[in-house]
Amino acid sequence: MARWRAYHTPATVSEALSLLHEHRDKARIIAGGTDLILDMEANQAAAPEALVDVTRITGIDRIAQEDGWIVLGAGITHTQIESSPLLRAHARCLTESCGVIGGPQVRNVATLGGNVAHALPAADGTIGLLALEAEVEVAAHSARGARHTWQPLLSIFAGPGRNRLAPDQMLHAFRFRPTPARAGNAFDRIMRPQGVALPVLGIAARVRLDAALRRVEEAVIAIGPAGPTPFRATSAEEALTSAKAFDDDAVEDAIAAAQAQASLRSSKYRASQAYRHEMIGVLLKRVLHTSVERARVNEAPAGPEGA
Amino acid sequence: MTHLTLTVNGREHALDVPPSRYLAEVLRYDLGLTGTKIGCDEAECGCCTVIVDGQSVDSCIYPAFKAQGGQVLTIEGLAQPGPGSQNGGAPELHPLQSAFIQHGATQCGFCTPGFIMQAKTLLDENPDPTDAEIKECLKDTYCRCTGYAAIISSVKAAGEYMRTGTMPDAELPPVLEPLSQIGQPLPRLDAVDKVTGAALYTDDYTFDGMLFGATLRSEHPHAAIREIDADAARALEGVHAVLTHADVPGDPRHGLVENDWPVFAGGAYPARYVGDAIALAVAETAELADQALALIRVKYDPLPSVTDPREALRPDAPQLHPDRPTGNLLKHIKVRHGDVEEGFAASDVVVERTYRTPMTEHAFLEPECALAVPAGYKGRLPSTSKEKADSDHESDKLTVYVGSQIPYSDRRQVAKSLGLDDEEVRVIGTLMGGGFGGKEDIAGQIHAALAAQVTGRPVKILYTRQESLIFHPKRHSTIIRIKTGAKRDGALVAVEAELYGDSGAYASLGEKVMTRATTHATGPYVMPHARIDCYAMYTNNAPSGAFRGFGVTQSAFAVESNLDILAAELGMDPAALRRKNVMRVGAETATGQELSESVGLLECLDLVEEDIKRAKAVDSSLPSSDPWAPVQVGSKRYAWGIAAGYKNTGLGGGAPDKAEAEVEVFPDGTAAIRTSSAEMGQNLVGVLAACTAQELGLPFEKVHVTVMDTDLTPDGGPSTASRQTYVSGNAARLAARAMREQMQNVLAEKFDTHPDVIAFHEGLAYVDERRLARMHGAELPAAGANGANGSAGGILPGSTRSVSFADAVNALLAENRLPKIRYEYWAPQTQPLGTGGDMHFAFSYAVHAALVSVDTETGEVAVARVISAHDVGRAINPLSLLGQIEGGIVMGIGNALTENYIVEDGIPWTERLGQYKMPGIKMTPRMDSHIVEHPTADGPYGAKGVGEISSIPISPAITNAIYNAVGVRCLALPVDQDALLLAMRDGEKEIDGHWGQTGPWLASNGRQPH
Repeated sequence: MARWRAYHTPATVSEALSLLHEHRDKARIIAGGTDLILDMEANQAAAPEALVDVTRITGIDRIAQEDGWIVLGAGITHTQIESSPLLRAHARCLTESCGVIGGPQVRNVATLGGNVAHALPAADGTIGLLALEAEVEVAAHSARGARHTWQPLLSIFAGPGRNRLAPDQMLHAFRFRPTPARAGNAFDRIMRPQGVALPVLGIAARVRLDAALRRVEEAVIAIGPAGPTPFRATSAEEALTSAKAFDDDAVEDAIAAAQAQASLRSSKYRASQAYRHEMIGVLLKRVLHTSVERARVNEAPAGPEGA
Repeated sequence: MTHLTLTVNGREHALDVPPSRYLAEVLRYDLGLTGTKIGCDEAECGCCTVIVDGQSVDSCIYPAFKAQGGQVLTIEGLAQPGPGSQNGGAPELHPLQSAFIQHGATQCGFCTPGFIMQAKTLLDENPDPTDAEIKECLKDTYCRCTGYAAIISSVKAAGEYMRTGTMPDAELPPVLEPLSQIGQPLPRLDAVDKVTGAALYTDDYTFDGMLFGATLRSEHPHAAIREIDADAARALEGVHAVLTHADVPGDPRHGLVENDWPVFAGGAYPARYVGDAIALAVAETAELADQALALIRVKYDPLPSVTDPREALRPDAPQLHPDRPTGNLLKHIKVRHGDVEEGFAASDVVVERTYRTPMTEHAFLEPECALAVPAGYKGRLPSTSKEKADSDHESDKLTVYVGSQIPYSDRRQVAKSLGLDDEEVRVIGTLMGGGFGGKEDIAGQIHAALAAQVTGRPVKILYTRQESLIFHPKRHSTIIRIKTGAKRDGALVAVEAELYGDSGAYASLGEKVMTRATTHATGPYVMPHARIDCYAMYTNNAPSGAFRGFGVTQSAFAVESNLDILAAELGMDPAALRRKNVMRVGAETATGQELSESVGLLECLDLVEEDIKRAKAVDSSLPSSDPWAPVQVGSKRYAWGIAAGYKNTGLGGGAPDKAEAEVEVFPDGTAAIRTSSAEMGQNLVGVLAACTAQELGLPFEKVHVTVMDTDLTPDGGPSTASRQTYVSGNAARLAARAMREQMQNVLAEKFDTHPDVIAFHEGLAYVDERRLARMHGAELPAAGANGANGSAGGILPGSTRSVSFADAVNALLAENRLPKIRYEYWAPQTQPLGTGGDMHFAFSYAVHAALVSVDTETGEVAVARVISAHDVGRAINPLSLLGQIEGGIVMGIGNALTENYIVEDGIPWTERLGQYKMPGIKMTPRMDSHIVEHPTADGPYGAKGVGEISSIPISPAITNAIYNAVGVRCLALPVDQDALLLAMRDGEKEIDGHWGQTGPWLASNGRQPH
């Protein structure tokens, strides 16, 4: 493999965007590099002229509570996510999904932004973020400095392994609302011990119960892979919120709705469509029960301040 | 070049390096810190783990400039300089380093630095981790030797040391009363080097003026090569040569058995698999060599290919080697015993199934590397021996450094293809990062030697992991139809089997491997009638050859699965069925060998069965009446499964099996033992040292062992067939004994007594007065220990008739006797298959039981516990022995559950390590391992082999357990949780598909592979 010829470590977003802009499409953003470099080594990605390492940008790895949001810098590593008390209190589906990616050596460097930018429909961290209804902050180069816009997470995916970012744009941060009272979330996935370490199926769910702790008032369900991009099982969410109570029937209805809505496919050496269909049932049941259990004990989810 | 500043192990470095460097490259090649290993280049194996600013990273894909200005800690920085370390004294090891030594957690040692660095990050935060925390920490750090159990106990022990100041000992299974050196859990002689990063593997050596080779490989599974245009590559600045078939001065082909493998495909030889070498580019740097490859234009004429061994046998199949009279049939191997028709007619129950096993990959963590230094090279040649005398050895021969299982075979093949005499080539074996059978064939040895000769410069060829995967011979995939008949009472009567083995493009050891699969296809049972036919076939897949288990892994899966099906049909307990039929002393094998001694199989079965019953009784929630009944816990259903196995020690089949060893004693009171046999992590060096020390009455650490050097060590033969403990161990033992006898003679004269009463013990040589008294018919009061080779307890108080070993050597030298003796040990003669004689001089036996869980919701399979018993004749070193057992078991778990090297119509799908999952630490079950010692008369102290048997019964024990758990029989490996779940859902009893299936399933059950 031919390698890059320059390695930049900008300290600010606008510096990073300027570098990207100068190189046009000949530069690539690198954060942890654990996906990018493997793709380059396998010649699946052409060697860029330059790598722009965004991990030294000030604040790129922050975890903060700001204006009613929990904000995560795009360069936050999986290890930081796993070990953050704030995120454990409010975003278990994220700490759980980020905690199962790779081994510690990979999680120490791999970033959430990288996970999202890689745009795999089964990306664990992305599935966790999706259940939190996260928004993503995109920073774009402009003549007058960086332009920042918040947009829904799903809006940046174009297809398997493809995002909608221009060569001189980058992910800067994610944000989502703290978990209110009577709400809970969870993630689980199915792997196989053979072949590439991509999940057969992963599901994250977030629910909020009514005051009586009987009915699901709000539900978000994210499933991957269940289509070319990360997938929200909206019909399953409706099935849950329209049920009179959270019970076996409600769960079965949600499963049937998710199975009907998901576009499952057989992927070679990973899973058959039939198996994935079955796994939606198994996993959704598991994560819904865990989420509801967490919601029931979640009276006042303040969580420690800061990370 | 860009400026890089790093603080590595506390020392600041300022370097100018290309901006594209990875951290591992900077450490290894720019700073010479070669303790950090590169195993995969894809952040998969963890060998390259270092700590950057407090966090562990995979340095193989970590851009060096990410660490700009940072603090890097590598394995070399872990040990603290101890008192006296300035003067060559020992450094003070980190507790993890000490624990890895004491608990046997380092074998080949290649993964060890990564494990220690990664485990350090855990212990720094939590010196009292649970097993689960250790497994989570090390989940992406891979070891292929130990099976991880010793690693887990080392981390715990190190933690305990950090908390309490006391290091607990390793827990070892009981063994026979040890001798002074035999039966003792002695630490490895290379252990300190391996835990400190000082151990040198081939890629860790560099020479002045060294060039780098890169190999162009065929893109087609079968193609004639019309033209190779390398002009542009040769014109590239920095490229010194591009070599092709036209440049081979000697034999254009090589091979371990058949001379069928071209040094380069091209000319008369087509490319016969994807991976066949076509050209070698030699350049100033590895990057330039790679760039040169990209400039070579090859014109192929694709030929029809055959990739299924059954199709290869058809007369109209494309022929791989048209010059062979038997075409694609490498060998038809037959076992004929009794009359199977009569046997099946007399059987009450007959079971017949077809099984399949996949092609699997050794995945040793060190990819192949060969380094050749031309004749006349002016620099110093580093010796791999630690003997002082050897480091001064002057040689101006063409020298090849390589991690190889058969150094003398390498020398023969290199010399032949270069048109040289054997003596004009020297092969020096470096430390080897695992072999498992995968480093027996030629890899880059001939290419490197040729390139060194052509360029006049040292040339290194390091394979990438990806290249290693597609290039080297694999475990044969097999299709085995087997029919087993038994009486109502369970007595086995007859077996008929037909095996197809995919030997791939070249013979390698295919014939031998499939012969072993065939002769062992009765299982370790008395079988009155047998008819077994095996077809070892050439195909356009990667060659298959030796891999731990050597064919028996495959046939044992079929045999032991059929046996459980038979037990179910007979309504018999599967252990009882085995008990009724297991080989005992006096039994005859289907090849006509009477087993006259050392058959410990029944004891193995007893021990394992007792343990299973005890395990049931301990957990009150489990029913105790039927040890095989499943138990549901949550969504998981648990059940035990059992299987037995046996494996020959030694080459057998009439092949002359010998090893030569040289012993030398020195006036400083030390000894050396030398043989070319290969140390690949199994601790043969420790066996050789123990045997030598035992015979000379020396402490083990006083023996220097030199292996794998065709100039310094006599031929120990191949490290294959579980033979080295027995054959080379015997050579060392008998060489040392001959030396002892010579010294006894000299000292007998000095002390004016009989040679037989001169004893050697703990570095002393003395007149054993008790022995002397006995010789004269008198008795002295018993006192002190009574070692097999005399004991210091035999010195009477006040006796002056003793000298130090050093003075004993001086006495020898004073008599002008040579302090050096060579001994050529010939193992007992064996007979070829079909002659009815003894095919093998010894067999090892084992019984494995696996407690397996199947998640009935997801089909996921996990092994929770393994109980095993191995009859190894005699435990020479229980610590290393346990390492062989646990490592073999975990490798067998991989064989059953995870591993498959997938090739689609001749094109490898498994191109990266990330696509080939060997078991990680999370798959390590609790392992209880019994050692059974039924000594074999000719083995050293009774020992026979263990390297392979530990990997054999485990796979069928697992699938038998799956059946006991959920009632589904897996007829093919590796088990596919997807297919298993769907079979449970649909009420199907058998699955003949497996993970990684490329063609249709055998039975048309309507399901398609995915």
